[in-house]
Amino acid sequence: MRRQSKPTIPRTPVLAKSPSGIRGLDAVTGGGFPRGRPTLVCGGSGCGKTLFGMEFLVRGIEEYGESGVFMCFEERERELSQNVSSLGFDLPRLIRENKLIIDQVKIERADIAETGDYSLDGLFIRLGAAIQAVGAKRVVLDTIETLFGALSNLGILRAELRRLFEWLKDQGVTTLVTGERGDRTLTRQGLEEYVSDCVILLDQRVTEQIATRRLRIIKYRGSSHGSNEYPFLIDENGFCVLPITDINLNYKVSTDIISTGIHKFDLMFSGGGYYRGGTLFITGSAGTGKTSIVSHFVDAACRRGERCVFFALEESPDQIARNMRSLGLDLSRWVSAGLLRFVAFRPTSAGLESHLNNMLKAVEDLKPHVVVIDPLSALNSAGTYLDVKSMLMRVIDLFKARTISTMCTSLTPAEGSDAGVTGVSSLMDSWVVLHNVEAGGERTRTLRIIKSRGRKHSNQARELVMTDNGIDLADVFVGPDGNILIGSARASQEQMDKTAALSQQQDLRRKKAHLLRRRKAVEAQIAQLQAELAAEAEDVGLEIDEDEANALGRTVTRAALAAEREHAGRQAVAAQTNGGKR
Amino acid sequence: MTTAVKARATARPLRAKPAAEWELRLYVAGQSPQSLAALANLKALCEAHVSGRYKIEIIDLIKTPQLSREDQIVAVPTVVRKLPPPMKKVIGNLSNTEGALVGLQLRPALSRSRD
Repeated sequence: MRRQSKPTIPRTPVLAKSPSGIRGLDAVTGGGFPRGRPTLVCGGSGCGKTLFGMEFLVRGIEEYGESGVFMCFEERERELSQNVSSLGFDLPRLIRENKLIIDQVKIERADIAETGDYSLDGLFIRLGAAIQAVGAKRVVLDTIETLFGALSNLGILRAELRRLFEWLKDQGVTTLVTGERGDRTLTRQGLEEYVSDCVILLDQRVTEQIATRRLRIIKYRGSSHGSNEYPFLIDENGFCVLPITDINLNYKVSTDIISTGIHKFDLMFSGGGYYRGGTLFITGSAGTGKTSIVSHFVDAACRRGERCVFFALEESPDQIARNMRSLGLDLSRWVSAGLLRFVAFRPTSAGLESHLNNMLKAVEDLKPHVVVIDPLSALNSAGTYLDVKSMLMRVIDLFKARTISTMCTSLTPAEGSDAGVTGVSSLMDSWVVLHNVEAGGERTRTLRIIKSRGRKHSNQARELVMTDNGIDLADVFVGPDGNILIGSARASQEQMDKTAALSQQQDLRRKKAHLLRRRKAVEAQIAQLQAELAAEAEDVGLEIDEDEANALGRTVTRAALAAEREHAGRQAVAAQTNGGKR
Repeated sequence: MTTAVKARATARPLRAKPAAEWELRLYVAGQSPQSLAALANLKALCEAHVSGRYKIEIIDLIKTPQLSREDQIVAVPTVVRKLPPPMKKVIGNLSNTEGALVGLQLRPALSRSRD
């Protein structure tokens, strides 16, 4: 069970507080009841007023070292001790240790005749003696209104009560006064007139046959306080007020990634799994495989050697274990190994608070790594929408605070309907929707991830296939016309695709052979042409050689002729010159 | 009724004079006007109705506060008729004589019928 961190009491000289020691309450009152003043606790019968007062005293003695006086006007001392011994309060011991006095005031109208004026000094003296005897700092008057039934002179009684509360203030004791709730007033006799510093209302409400307990601080003079209605419960450890604001969303998160137990499902998340301490929400209509998925999750966790708590709210543990055997999952062995604990209860069997408490206790007890709630939607029958949501918020906060990986399922009423889950889904890190898809005269399960905080995830739908070896996910085929093919349509499409692939292969092989042949033919042709070319080139080469030789010959001849011509010319000139001289 | 009271009730006749047929106890808180008035009224009543056969014990709760718890006293003044049984309790200063007579059943007629 969650223990409140010691409330920080503001050290103002204005208003000192007396911590109640009641779990969760001091967080709501900002430190406790006004010290040295009376506080009124009112509520209908059976709402726990007496117990509230008794726990205030017992905690005061055990945790704060403040002795107490319990003055009861209704119950007998022995009955009172018996009633609270179930909560672990050992009143006889506290009385023996001189830390507690229980004074039962027996006053019955039938026994008493009133003959003139009187005062309640007897009560004052009695209370004063008791306070002195144990050095009490805390006093509970339960419930002083009984005096109104026994004494008929209201004028005297009211004046005396006013005096009593003033006197109690003078004694410096923190007093808790209980009062039965009236028709239109907080208390039948208007005690709130006298005790006006702090008024707390306890309420037990029955909505659709389910009782839930609420606590509200109506008034707290000189102090701020939580103004909401806070659910509370009474368990074997006493009162427990459950303020939502108790947890401030400051838990540490893990970056570890753990498997969901279904390999292909893991692969739909980037990183292959989901964060340890995360919450995964699985919704779907009846028969979509929610329990099977969480069973895989549990199985995987146990295989890793982690402890699990399986909250089964609709099926019995045996039934779940039997059904999962058809998927090849043996959950019973984890139970015997002490790794898995089933906690099964009918949500309608009690109010939400007690369920919450049961769950917290199981978690406290086993300290699991993994928690599964199947199905969450069953809790809707145990309270109103808002109640359930606020309860889940606290449960999930707690799990997150302890880095417990959580998987919750929820039954949605109709295909594709998000009714009743939208409020809850915002609390969850990941949300997976299972759908029944009907096509071609058959029903197929599909799985999609709607959200996954902080992780990339596949946007594709997958088909959920139940096999003897567990759940498998198959890719969903998109047909040629854009339709999603599932079930046997997928199988036939797969077959068709295989056939098509085969014939395509054969076709390819044929084409390859053809190509090969063609290549060979072309290569042969190339060779032939090359041969022809070579032959041609040879011929052309010979001619070129000849031609080049001729060309060379011609050049030489021309040069020779030129030289010849020059030489002949020079001789002619010389002859002309010589002939003239003679 | 706590055991302490029972023990005293059985112990008392040993100390009390056997003549006291009516045994009354007046619880007061100090010498308040109401206490004094109650005592005067009670004496007058007894003298008038059970003269010579009564005994009044005055208990000041301020001096013996523990008796307030043991004898279940809330209001003062309170008169308790210890004898004859059954025990009767009357609160107030007994200014209402008729009420006191009825409450304590001190009427001679009743006591005589008993004789």
